[in-house]
This record gives sequence, structure tokens and C-alpha cells, in this order.
Amino acid sequence: MTVSLALIWPAITSAFLASLVEAVEALTIVLAVATVRGWRPAGLGAAAGLVLLVLIVVVLGPLLDIVPLRLLQLTIGILLLLFGMRWLRKAILRSAGVIPLHDEVAAFATETADLRRQSRQHETRLDWLAGLASFKAVLLEGLEVVFIVIAVGAGRGLLVPASAGAFAACLLVAGTGFVVHRPLARVPENTLKFAVGVMLSAFGVFWVGEGIDVAWPGEDLAIVGLMVLFLAVALGAVALARRPHLKVLQ
Amino acid sequence: MTVIQELIGLFVDDGALAIAILGVVAFAALVAAAVPGMPLAAGAILVLGCPGVLLINILRASRS
Repeated sequence: MTVSLALIWPAITSAFLASLVEAVEALTIVLAVATVRGWRPAGLGAAAGLVLLVLIVVVLGPLLDIVPLRLLQLTIGILLLLFGMRWLRKAILRSAGVIPLHDEVAAFATETADLRRQSRQHETRLDWLAGLASFKAVLLEGLEVVFIVIAVGAGRGLLVPASAGAFAACLLVAGTGFVVHRPLARVPENTLKFAVGVMLSAFGVFWVGEGIDVAWPGEDLAIVGLMVLFLAVALGAVALARRPHLKVLQ
Repeated sequence: MTVIQELIGLFVDDGALAIAILGVVAFAALVAAAVPGMPLAAGAILVLGCPGVLLINILRASRS
């Protein structure tokens, strides 16, 4: 199976950027747990989440080889369309001012307040609850990373470059979080989600097409054209959906 | 249960958009199966349909 650069770079970039967003969200919760209850429950919860993620990948990963390629491409394409267009929809609505932007500082404050409220009610069980919050954050955000890697990589033997992109992003966020000990609020999350939404939606259309035997003009290069199309539609949607009174406020 | 809900939530946020996407994919697959001699027809449905349903959904959301 030949893999062209037209697929490798979008796969690496989308896996890296999407994983960056997920890792930042997980880091915010792990930091909140560490702030309220210390690094022990936060670290143990995060480590347990990572172990379970590795187990899921090790157990389910080989099953991908059993699934016929066309069925795999179609299934992954549909899931990517649902996932990518969900991200893109939210990013467009946030860019247009229809819904508020996601704020890591606010998310950190909410999580910290929740844990402190729980500490007043269940002092003895709090380390468990705190560890569970850290575990759940790493597991759920990690599942998204695993899905994105499989989704952009499995259809054409791109699992290794996609995994490398995701691993680099997680390492970057974990390293930065370890150094600064604060939520990474300056990461332009909505811009990243916008870009990733465009890329994943384009991958979704491409894989669904491959799954139902569409002969894409330009073959793999069609994915670049699909990205340009989704980007143009998304930017147009932001302009059309932008609320007039927000312009005045800005 | 929460984990299952969260997993479904990864793919479905707005039910109308999810149904519209599945509708476009089903229509494209139907056309691909019914007219195998025109492989670009199904591709055109995907290329026009997916961004189209997104645009309509955004416009509806912005006006509600």
C-alpha cells in the first residue's frame, strides 16, 4: 500500500493539534486535583487512566487488522465526520460569538471548587474522589486521542506517523504543565479546534468516499482540496452567523 | 453509564447535525451502489452534502 505525503502530513498535523487540545483539557483537571489534594491522588489517577488506555489499545488494536479495509474506511469515515463536524460546528459558533469560548482558567476554577465542595462533604473519601477525577479526565481525553490517531491513521497504514504526532503533543503539554504548574490558558483552543475540525471533516469525507468506492480526482491530493473546501465553508459560516450586536461590543 | 454517555457525546453533540450527516452518507452510499458506473456522483453528494448540512445547522443555531 503506497502512502503519499499528501496524506502523511495532514495525518501528523491533525493528530498533533487534536491531541494538543485534549491534553490541555486533561492537564487542567489533573492540575486542579493536584492543587486541592496534592500530586499523589492526581498522579495515581492519571497513571491509572494511562494504564487503562494502553490496555485498551493493546487489546483492541490488533482487531483493526481483522476488519476488511473498505468497511474500516467507511466506519472510520463516518465516525470522523461526526467527530470532526461536531468540533467544527462548536468552533464556528464560538468564533461567531453565538456560544462562549472555552476558558481553561474557568474550567480549572470550576473543577477546583467542585473538589473543595466535595472535601467538605466526604473528607475521608476525598483522595479517592480526587484520584477518580484525574483518572476520568485522562481516560476520556485519552480515548479521544486514541480515536483520532486510529481514525486518521488506520485507513491507509498511517498509524505510526499519527501516533508520533499525538505522542509529541501529549509530551509537550505534560512537560509544559509540569514546568508552569498552571492551566495552559494561552493555548488558542478555539483556533486549534477550528483547524482540527476542518482537517478531520476532510478526512471523514475522504475515508467515506474510499469506503464506497469513490474515485477521487487527484487521488490522495483530494484531501487537500477537501480541507480547502471545509475551511472556506467554515469561514463563510462564521461570517454569516456572526451576531451584529457583538460587532458593536468588540 | 457516565463513561458511555461521554463516549456517545464525543460523536453526537447536536442530534440534528448527526442525523443529517448520516443521511448524506446513506444517500451517497445508495447512489454508489445503484450507479456503480458513475463513481464521482457519490463523491459529489459527499462533497456538497457534508459542508451543506453544516452550514444549514450553523445558520439555524445562530438564529435560535
